[in-house]
Amino acid sequence: MKKVVIIDYGMGNLDSVRRAIEECGGTPIISCEKQEINQASHIVLPGVGSFADGMRNICQRGLDEWLTERALQQGIPLLGICLGMQLMAQKGLEGGETTGLAWLDAKVEKLQATSAEKRIPHIGWNEVHVSVSSPLFKGIDSGKDFYFVHSYHLVARDPDLAAATTPYCGQFISAIAKDNLFGVQFHPEKSQKVGFKLLRNFISL
Amino acid sequence: MIKARVMPTLLVKGFGLVKGVRFDSWRPIGSIMQAVKVYNMREVDELVLLDIRATDDSRMPDFSLIDDIADECFMPLTVGGGIRSIDDVRKLLQVGADKIAINTAAVETPGLVSVLSEKFGAQCIVISIDAKKLANGKYEVFTHSATKPTGLDPVSFAQQMERNGAGEILLTSIDRDGTMLGYDLELIQMVSQAVSIPVIASGGAGNYQHMEAALTEANATAVAASSIFQFTQQTPIEAKRYLSDHGIKVRI
Repeated sequence: MKKVVIIDYGMGNLDSVRRAIEECGGTPIISCEKQEINQASHIVLPGVGSFADGMRNICQRGLDEWLTERALQQGIPLLGICLGMQLMAQKGLEGGETTGLAWLDAKVEKLQATSAEKRIPHIGWNEVHVSVSSPLFKGIDSGKDFYFVHSYHLVARDPDLAAATTPYCGQFISAIAKDNLFGVQFHPEKSQKVGFKLLRNFISL
Repeated sequence: MIKARVMPTLLVKGFGLVKGVRFDSWRPIGSIMQAVKVYNMREVDELVLLDIRATDDSRMPDFSLIDDIADECFMPLTVGGGIRSIDDVRKLLQVGADKIAINTAAVETPGLVSVLSEKFGAQCIVISIDAKKLANGKYEVFTHSATKPTGLDPVSFAQQMERNGAGEILLTSIDRDGTMLGYDLELIQMVSQAVSIPVIASGGAGNYQHMEAALTEANATAVAASSIFQFTQQTPIEAKRYLSDHGIKVRI
């Protein structure tokens, strides 16, 4: 059984992720309990809100230690969605400079408007160009549209982190993959068929 | 490239869906769940759901209804109507809303928008502005389902909301609402050029050419529409095919 624990750290939008995991054949459990996390076959770190609030909530619940142990030492598949992906970075600038979970050699910065693309937040459907082959994008054509709603993005110092990029305000990293760690800036749970395909790929890892 | 969105708007009153003309003469148009399921099946870009009586009835948002709807809704969902507090927003996001739309409370307590934006991120705070053209040619913002004048100019109000941390503007022309005569391009253009956050045009769509005009002539980021999808044979997917044929990038 694929027991997918969706981490509840008080940062919204959990029910959509739960329903999507259910539709994709996983058994979702929304929790912040150590025992549940230890029994998970997969972990999803969702999240809506600011980086600083997100890290504060994670640390208050002691989740930083437990998650790091499961993700880095035990290597279970983990998918960060939106803020959940950003929190894996070393630091974020939203809501004041804050140290992240520091699993990835990356930081999180605000999108910088260009003359052609001046509107921030980046809200709507945009292309996801797969840059390296990753099990997350198995069977998904490069350039498919996914749903985005964000103002900040991940900047990687490690060039091998990027699994996909999206053209907006120049170009930003819209998905990362490193061993058992995966992250997407877009919302697969709201991206209909193609989003479900990605979630199924994750659950089948 | 980011795609122009075509967003059906559903207006909830009591247990059913309604549609009016100029925020009046509401007529029932069927079940909410049924409409949500159909739009979900058709994979629309995004859905806007507004409870038009919540503020006037001094009600809170109907969290269990939104919960039921969100469970059937695997597309982005914006929810509005009666939202007045941090707690309202937290609950709506928890049950599956992706963005929340604030109208009356944004005018009455502009500070609330700053607090919500800091707490939940600008990207999920939509300011819904209902505006009407006055006899002197100027525009004014109305609240409480277009019944209460505010003395506010929509352009400066939109700019103030952007400064307060709003992530998006849902701009509805009260005069055009339900008429299917076309969007108020003048209003949309004024607001969209004055702010750097996305602007959703709303009120008046009667055909696909109206949508094209809002996106090209008036620089809207997205178009919302209701009557056209309820009372005519026109559909969101056909709208997008038309827009695509006319050089606008959409998700098909």
